[in-house]
Amino acid sequence: MTPNIVEIDNLSFGYKGRVLHKGINMVFPRGKVVAIMGGSGSGKTTLLRLIGGQIRPSKGEVRVDGDVVHKQDRDGIYKLRRKMGMLFQHGALFTDLSVFDNVAFPMRELTDLPESMIRDLVLMKLNAVGLRGAHALMPTELSGGMARRVALARAIALDPNIIMYDEPFAGLDPITMGVICDLIRTLNDALGTTSIIVSHDVKETFMIADYVYFVANGEVVAEGTPDDLMQSTLPFVHQFVHGEKDGPVPFHYAAKNYQSELLGRVSVK
Amino acid sequence: MIKSTLHISIIRTLRGIGSRMIERTWRLGAGARLFFLTLVYSGESFRRFNLTLREVYSTGVMSLLIIIVSAFFVGMVLALQGYNTLQKYGSSEAIGVLVALSLVRELGPVVTALLFAGRAGTAITAEIGLMKTTEQLSAMEMMAVNPIARVIAPRFWAGVISMPILASLFSMVGILGGYLVAVPLIGVDDGAFWSQMQANVDFRLDIVNGVIKSIVFGVACTMIALFEGYDAPPTAEGVSRATTRTVVISSLTVLALDFILTSFMLEV
Ligand SMILES: Nc1ncnc2c1ncn2[C@@H]1O[C@H](COP(=O)(O)OP(=O)(O)O)[C@@H](O)[C@H]1O
Ligand SMILES: [Mg+2]
Repeated sequence: MTPNIVEIDNLSFGYKGRVLHKGINMVFPRGKVVAIMGGSGSGKTTLLRLIGGQIRPSKGEVRVDGDVVHKQDRDGIYKLRRKMGMLFQHGALFTDLSVFDNVAFPMRELTDLPESMIRDLVLMKLNAVGLRGAHALMPTELSGGMARRVALARAIALDPNIIMYDEPFAGLDPITMGVICDLIRTLNDALGTTSIIVSHDVKETFMIADYVYFVANGEVVAEGTPDDLMQSTLPFVHQFVHGEKDGPVPFHYAAKNYQSELLGRVSVK
Repeated sequence: MIKSTLHISIIRTLRGIGSRMIERTWRLGAGARLFFLTLVYSGESFRRFNLTLREVYSTGVMSLLIIIVSAFFVGMVLALQGYNTLQKYGSSEAIGVLVALSLVRELGPVVTALLFAGRAGTAITAEIGLMKTTEQLSAMEMMAVNPIARVIAPRFWAGVISMPILASLFSMVGILGGYLVAVPLIGVDDGAFWSQMQANVDFRLDIVNGVIKSIVFGVACTMIALFEGYDAPPTAEGVSRATTRTVVISSLTVLALDFILTSFMLEV
């Protein structure tokens, strides 16, 4: 058994000629909560999709439990994915199924468990996220935070070894954020899984992560424990962690000279 | 100066046509690929037939009312128009044949397919497009469940199954509408209406051919609706455009296919 359940090795990827990742290296040790942080559009979600084998890297590789993801055939990928659970940014609950059926979905699709056992398991998973009482509701009847908790229950339905969270805190009120925060850490330790969190919320992420990677411009620009990073003097990390609006990441989108544009010497297209 | 502007605009137009052609061809290929994959991953739709049945129920029931109402009116209009012409030649009893043949051979399959595209087709596109936009399809993929097998294929077979059923229903209700206008209203002889119809509608040439048509239309309409949804850009605007395209492309495809199929069936 490799000490790291996921290893990203010199990974490069881009969409249609636009380079998104340039040789990224990361390791995710078993049992840890590891965060990937970076600005919007820096390719964090794409990185999760590369780990899940939904897209192929142009260079380098991702290994899950020792197996190179992009070298698997369809069955191989599906076998790897059964070790993973993923929480999508907005939950991605199946809107035509009830909360109960959403959580039961992976069990019914991927196992031969009898319906009575599925029922008990679903209620257990829902209880773990505090929503056993909501099992009969439809996804449209849930608040954003509840939807994400149901999605979490669905992600852990088959006891994965790895849980990936895409922006688990985005768009939540502070109380719900705290609830999700606690859940991620508790589930990680109770189930003995490895958690990968993709986020740009510094406070929450630093509270629960064991290790953090910062990505910018397609590269890992800093890494370390939250404590290390809080002390970091790297300009980018400092700007990000302390939420300063100007720094290495400029406030202004690249533009022509402001003065001459206002004075009309440059035609505005 | 003027010449060069003209030059540029011609080049621009040609370039536009070229890129549109490439895009159309690419989409045709992508559609064919989805069709192929749907067939390959159809096993589950039959093994777990209740998945398919549920979709038959929802697409069928969705289109049922609109099809019954339209068929009734179409049948009544056919009888009115038919009688108007036939009585000039003193053969108003042939009205039953005229109504039945028009419906079974042409109007049943074609109008049903057009209505299906507008009702069930758009619903399918919007549903799949929304599932994509809200990452439900991605979520399924990440759960090691193949969305083509689980979501696309059952809907495809449901469409292929419901179309001939709906078309037959259309023809039956249309004939009933025609009967009500011809016999009680206009006063054509009841017995002549039915016996002429029975004598002149051929099971293989008319009914089976009509069913074949509606099966082909079912494949086309459902596949177009599914592809447009599956291929839609994952935004609100993308889904709404895809929904419109479903109606336009399905309707044109149905009419073109109808011409081709008819020319084969009549052995012109
Ligand atoms: N399927 C796609 N095709 C083309 N470009 C994409 C696609 N998905 C994402 N992108 C682009 O890649 C960039 C990174 O996206 P993403 O990984 O979602 O960033 P993040 O999650 O860090 O905000 C974005 O600029 C986005 O527009
Ligand atoms: Mg993202």
